Amino acid sequence: MSLLELEDVSASYGYAPVLHGISFGLEANRAEGILGANGAGKTTTLRAISGMVPATGRIRFDGVDILGKSPDRIARMGIAHVPEGRGTLGGLSVRDNLRIGAYQRKDRKQIDEHIEFCLDLFPNLRERISSNASALSGGEQQMLAVARAFMAQPRVILLDEASLGLAPSTAQRVYDAIRRLQTETGVAMVVVEQNASLAFSVVDHALVLETGRVSIEGPKESLMGMDEVRRAYLGG
Amino acid sequence: MAYTIQLIVEGFATGSIYGALALAIVLVNRSTGLINFAQGSMGVLATFVAFGLVQLGAPLLLAMLVAFVFAFVFGAGVERFVVRRFEGGDPDTAVVVTIGLFVLIAGIAALIWGYEPRQFPSLFPPQSIEILGVFISLRSVGTIVVLVAVMALLQVLFRFTKLGLAMRAVADNPQSASLSGLPVSRLLMVGWGLAAVLGALAGILVAPQLFISPTMLDFALVYALAAAILGGLDSPLGAVVAAWFIGIVENLAGAYIDFIGDDLKIAVPFIFMLVILIARPQGLFGRKVTVRI
Repeated sequence: MSLLELEDVSASYGYAPVLHGISFGLEANRAEGILGANGAGKTTTLRAISGMVPATGRIRFDGVDILGKSPDRIARMGIAHVPEGRGTLGGLSVRDNLRIGAYQRKDRKQIDEHIEFCLDLFPNLRERISSNASALSGGEQQMLAVARAFMAQPRVILLDEASLGLAPSTAQRVYDAIRRLQTETGVAMVVVEQNASLAFSVVDHALVLETGRVSIEGPKESLMGMDEVRRAYLGG
Repeated sequence: MAYTIQLIVEGFATGSIYGALALAIVLVNRSTGLINFAQGSMGVLATFVAFGLVQLGAPLLLAMLVAFVFAFVFGAGVERFVVRRFEGGDPDTAVVVTIGLFVLIAGIAALIWGYEPRQFPSLFPPQSIEILGVFISLRSVGTIVVLVAVMALLQVLFRFTKLGLAMRAVADNPQSASLSGLPVSRLLMVGWGLAAVLGALAGILVAPQLFISPTMLDFALVYALAAAILGGLDSPLGAVVAAWFIGIVENLAGAYIDFIGDDLKIAVPFIFMLVILIARPQGLFGRKVTVRI
């Protein structure tokens, strides 16, 4: 049984349907990529999983139906969502953002250890630990958003367009850290990206969404070998 | 000189009452990002609950505690059943809703207890003490001590507790806070509940001086709003310092500047407020928000 399972999930904004019955599963300790053009439904898929948009179909996490549950409840169950636009708490310091990530935890000693782990993973954050998140650069905010999600010790991280608006070198650094996080902690991930090269540096398996439907899916090696994927998402 | 010091001490005491209401306004703003214009009338309603219990023979301290519990539940209920529908939408709409609540709650209090001002017992003894030729009422001293204690508790809440941190996170970005598992709805209710308790405290402190009536805190609310903005809407300490400043300036200007007197003294702190806000828009203690783009 998959850790996270979507079955025939549809979602819409008002009367505008965005997702048309998509299905996929995510195994524990694995990373699934979702590729696609703007408006394909990638972000909506993540928002449906975390309860931010109403959806139909079935979404199960660890065997429990989570469709219709509130975002905070889903987060407490073990799914952390790093939304598009980062969603850091701008008026709070970097340290407080990390503490908020660990809000549901009570193991104070381990929380401190995990803050240290995050600061090792993203050394820029160590230098800005007392700065407000709103004063960080885009790359630093993205690092903070990922670190905050990790602080919840989730079983699944939903990562939405982590490279958006970042310089290529910064995006690469962010993804290097995400790959390290995934490898060292074994947290499962759903990675939404338009930059397929970055996504393939983390995921094992991916699907391509087109106008709210899954058009292609498979292991990353086979997707990287497909002409249409190479042409559309890998610049060649 | 003794008279001036007396005016300053009384200004501190009056400012403490504005400060308690200003703290309530800051608390709501820090937890929900809104300004609650109904804060005064919510405080009056809770004070009337205490008044009703005292009338029935309950000791004042017990009546106060019940009023605080009532205020907490009422404040949380107002957030849950009224304000929540407007949170996250147009802030102007939410402001109009709180003004509507202000009128409605005052109307309910008037319907039950009438507009006639009534006497309310004081928490503190009526005597004064003499220090270096200055007579200071124990009520003024008590009011100041209570406010300082409340302010310190709020600073501890926001800076050093998990609850305070969570309330700040929810005020900053409720959607993002919910993605970290924070129970946003409950935290918003707690914020409004605690603020209503502060409003009740202001009402109970001021009622013995002004006599209790549905409009008792209307003027105090105007001063409290000024203090909250002058001190910086995100700073409990700033709100209290600004409230003291307003109380003292108002007293001194009324006594020493002939053409101001009692009629115009309300304008003096507002003139100061305008001047300070032009130089420092975030208020005296508010933090300047820096955003990198």
